[in-house]
Amino acid sequence: MTALTFTFVVLAMSAVAGFLGSLTGLGGGVVIVPALALAMGVDIKYAIGASLVSVIATSSGAAAAYVREGYSNIRVGMLLEIATTLGAILGAILAVHVTTHVIAIVFGFVLLQAAYQSLFKPDHHTGSPIESDALGKRLRLGSTFPVDGTRQEYGVRNVPAGFGLMFGAGTLSGLLGIGSGALKVIAMDRAMKIPFKVSTTTSNFMIGVTAAASAGVYLSRGYIDPRVAMPVMLGVLAGAFFGTKVLIHARVRTLRIVFGCVVLALAIEMIVNGLTGKV
Amino acid sequence: MDDRRLETSIGNLLRAGVLLSAATVFAGGILYLARHHADRVDYHQFAAGGSIVQSLRGVLQSAAHLNSEGLIQFGLLLLIATPVARVALAVVGFALERDRLYAVVSLIVLVILALSLMHAL
Repeated sequence: MTALTFTFVVLAMSAVAGFLGSLTGLGGGVVIVPALALAMGVDIKYAIGASLVSVIATSSGAAAAYVREGYSNIRVGMLLEIATTLGAILGAILAVHVTTHVIAIVFGFVLLQAAYQSLFKPDHHTGSPIESDALGKRLRLGSTFPVDGTRQEYGVRNVPAGFGLMFGAGTLSGLLGIGSGALKVIAMDRAMKIPFKVSTTTSNFMIGVTAAASAGVYLSRGYIDPRVAMPVMLGVLAGAFFGTKVLIHARVRTLRIVFGCVVLALAIEMIVNGLTGKV
Repeated sequence: MDDRRLETSIGNLLRAGVLLSAATVFAGGILYLARHHADRVDYHQFAAGGSIVQSLRGVLQSAAHLNSEGLIQFGLLLLIATPVARVALAVVGFALERDRLYAVVSLIVLVILALSLMHAL
């Protein structure tokens, strides 16, 4: 394959991944890694390096908009970033030391979870408590968010559990070169009882910082190859941008089902290829 | 400085960082395709890319010489620097708000990022 063909095929694939990733809220990284590894025969180390870079781009681009709308909670984000960055460094070091088969298999299970989420969209918790618990109060984590033109108060609970889950989310992010937004949202929405919209936007806000923590290790090990990362980053960014523009008009339900089936197929293929040693 | 202003500054910084980085990567990509479009590429086997793209100094030098891969990598470094700058801005913002607890929290995150990147570069 020539460099020209490779660049344009990867650019197109990444644009589709970024588009679907932003429509479904699962991010582009989670499909671009298996797509590169399985369809283009790219070594998974280059794939996760390129994906990590695209994750920083989409997270920062989207966070710019959310932060200004006043949804994300920067105190919660900052505090939990201590956990995600430490986890991300651990994950990146693990990525260097485990074999690529292990990475492929772990990736397959993360894809299974993403497929489940896309197909069944499990309910998030409803109704956040207004009062924070003792530690949440001491850390002044409670805040307000916009609901129908007014700002509604909410409290934050179970900080240690959220912190632990965030460390795990960071480790996965560093190991697989993904944003692991789904796990971050679970940590805030389910464990810490933060309103769903605040959880998703704060998670997005944290993804870039988490990924930056493992970027150093990736860069020094040569995982970030400019010839692969260039079309992935530009494609995912462009796709995600259009995704946010059409979000209001799209029939998201149909898309989620299609996306969920694609992700499920990718999950099975990653696990099988990892077990048989092909990836 | 209050929370809203801090949030707006952070939003602007993130947007500027992403745009600057994407423009640099795009320019490097055009240059790369102009020079190497007919090259045979194969990424089946992982082979570390050499110091040009793996160290800060290598990237800066090759980008300054308009090496296309160096230029792309420089754009990617700008992108990696964007969230780091965002954390640095939060340290300053919380310090100006006299919120000592969160100035320290942000500083811890900044130190973790700096240690991780320094180890690499």
